[in-house]
Amino acid sequence: MTTAAAPAATVPVSRADPFSPRNLADPARLHGALRDAGPVVYLSRLDVYALARYEQVYAALVNWQQFVSRHGVGLSNFKYEEPWRPPSILLEADPPHHDAPRRVLVKILGQRELRRLREAWLADADALVTEVLAAHPADGDGWTELDAVPALAETFPLRVFPDAVGIGKDGRENLLPYGNHSFNAFGPHNDLVARGEPDVPRLAAWIGAQCQREALAPGGFGAGIWAAADRGEITGQQAPLVVRSLLTAGVDTTVHALGAVLSCFAGNPSQWRRLRERPELARTAFDEAVRLESPVQTFFRTADADVELGGAVIPEGKKILMFLAAANTDPRRWDNPAAYDLDRDPSGHVGFGMGIHQCVGQHIGRLEGEALLTALACRVDAIELAAPPRRKLNNTLRALESLPLRLHLA
Amino acid sequence: MTQAPAAPDDRTVVVTAKSKTADGVVTLTLARPAGGRLPDWAPGSHLDLVLPGGLTRQYSLCGDRWDAFRYRIAVRREAGAAGASAYIHDRLREGDVLGIGGPRNNFPLVPADRYLFIAGGIGITPLLPMVAQADLLGVDWTLLYAGRSAGTMAFLDELAGYGERVRVFAGDAGKRLDLADWLGEPRPGERVYCCGPDRLVAEVRARCTTWPSHSLRTERFTPAALSVTADSGPFEVKLARTGATVTVGPGATVLDAVLGAGASVLSSCRRGLCGTCETTVLDGRPDHRDSLLDDEERAGGDSMFICVSRSVGGRLVLDL
Repeated sequence: MTTAAAPAATVPVSRADPFSPRNLADPARLHGALRDAGPVVYLSRLDVYALARYEQVYAALVNWQQFVSRHGVGLSNFKYEEPWRPPSILLEADPPHHDAPRRVLVKILGQRELRRLREAWLADADALVTEVLAAHPADGDGWTELDAVPALAETFPLRVFPDAVGIGKDGRENLLPYGNHSFNAFGPHNDLVARGEPDVPRLAAWIGAQCQREALAPGGFGAGIWAAADRGEITGQQAPLVVRSLLTAGVDTTVHALGAVLSCFAGNPSQWRRLRERPELARTAFDEAVRLESPVQTFFRTADADVELGGAVIPEGKKILMFLAAANTDPRRWDNPAAYDLDRDPSGHVGFGMGIHQCVGQHIGRLEGEALLTALACRVDAIELAAPPRRKLNNTLRALESLPLRLHLA
Repeated sequence: MTQAPAAPDDRTVVVTAKSKTADGVVTLTLARPAGGRLPDWAPGSHLDLVLPGGLTRQYSLCGDRWDAFRYRIAVRREAGAAGASAYIHDRLREGDVLGIGGPRNNFPLVPADRYLFIAGGIGITPLLPMVAQADLLGVDWTLLYAGRSAGTMAFLDELAGYGERVRVFAGDAGKRLDLADWLGEPRPGERVYCCGPDRLVAEVRARCTTWPSHSLRTERFTPAALSVTADSGPFEVKLARTGATVTVGPGATVLDAVLGAGASVLSSCRRGLCGTCETTVLDGRPDHRDSLLDDEERAGGDSMFICVSRSVGGRLVLDL
């Protein structure tokens, strides 16, 4: 619902469409233009207020009181429009409703809880790399070629995460399309969304079935969520929606983060050598890629009341579009922001968000990254692009369709 | 020059207001000395307050979580001249700076069809924000608030606005709380939250044994024996893998100190909330100031969140 009343005179206006195919494919120019235009920019085509600088994106992320999530964290305002599925009780909820589900998931996915998975995932990554290298034998000079997206970036998360959740083996090919559509649905109702819609009923039904108590294996994250419901920490109605959050947000994001980190190394051979010299940099390498590429590019909030930010007043009810990717490459915050540099401390990036909605699965993502990079760094001493990568357009995600790499065996 | 926007959380607060709220009860309003948002919290949360000399006590947050810049706690005077409450009542002044840990929440408000809140004396403090929350959730609730006398019972004025949902039982007015009236028949879907003197909590527990399990949650304020004495002086941190040693001064964080020594440690929130900077402790005893570990995990002492936590003794050895 847009009544495009002109914003106050002090807010710069942009006619840019962040969701155009060109801007989705290559957003850096738009990010720079928005950052430089001002701390807050009115996007007239969408009737939303854009934040692209680190300072304002950070401020909006942590300020859950005034920048609310319950009216949706996509373009659609749930006050006026029907969401495409029942709202997420984690993502699209504010305190107090947000408290109990969040608390349950934080416990289940905590850093300490993941310790029990660490050894297994390191071994799994090792096994996958062995299999992949065997399936793509090297030439006489020790070089092999493969597409890292299907071979590694998609395969590794699908190998470890669904089992950790405890879902059944059948139908896992539905996970990526469901997540892909969910993230498209945060954007405008464009072609990307329309193309996914016909499959939604089938995918949503499958996802819903995976969230039921009986479908989830003992000991997994899903079982843990139902156990929390049995202890009264959340309700029986909330439990399947919490599982749904894991399945929606837990796969595509890590797939694209792994694609991003491999793509960063392919473009920066000196950094791969650095990682081999100092394997303990694997976690830094992953976070630096999340910073630079920002697999999740954007999220929205809604102004709960007139709110002042960066000298501008954002009127009540308006949507705010936070460019996490622009904040992560803001020269006001980062020295040489476009460089992929393992000697930089990427801490404080907003690729996982910040505050009470900060990605509850971040520790899982980091563990997957650490495992895959550690396994690869043992066996491969050089990574380069074999052919130009192909982008997969998504309204919210920065994703690769194809990442042809040449790997040199160590 | 690039700057991080958030001031480092040095785990201190300044007392911006101190007022007498009832006989024997003072309320403190706390803020960050340099201004800025305080760590987020949900009803039931408590703050570790570190007083001069290192004495640490827990106090429930009883303010408005929609105010990100202020915490409110209420402190009842306990018997004994040398304790924390005597210090707070008699010596603490507006403008004084104190250390904090957490906030942590052992007493979260879970979803319910209906709430019964039972407060005895200063036990009102964690329940006050729960009452506000239940109202926001649109969930039916009743508060039973018992105390020695109206004069000693804090926040009666604030609670007056809720009308009939709040039942006050002031002992000196001859109104005694008879729990049999309220906890007779178990009501499925109702959650009972109780905080107050041991005697009250024990009686509520006994009456709720016939209720469905998980119906009742109680909070006891930590007796003195379990509270840590924190040391705000400088301490040493040894990085076991490199052999380097750094000193962490009173205003500094372990995180910044080890980064300065070349360690590669990821962090994120820098407030003890997200868990990213978790580091294994090989030797020494951490002074935990984070919002994540429960008492048992803290006692384990095998890891710490170095963005906010410190050292009880003079030396820590970290797996870095």
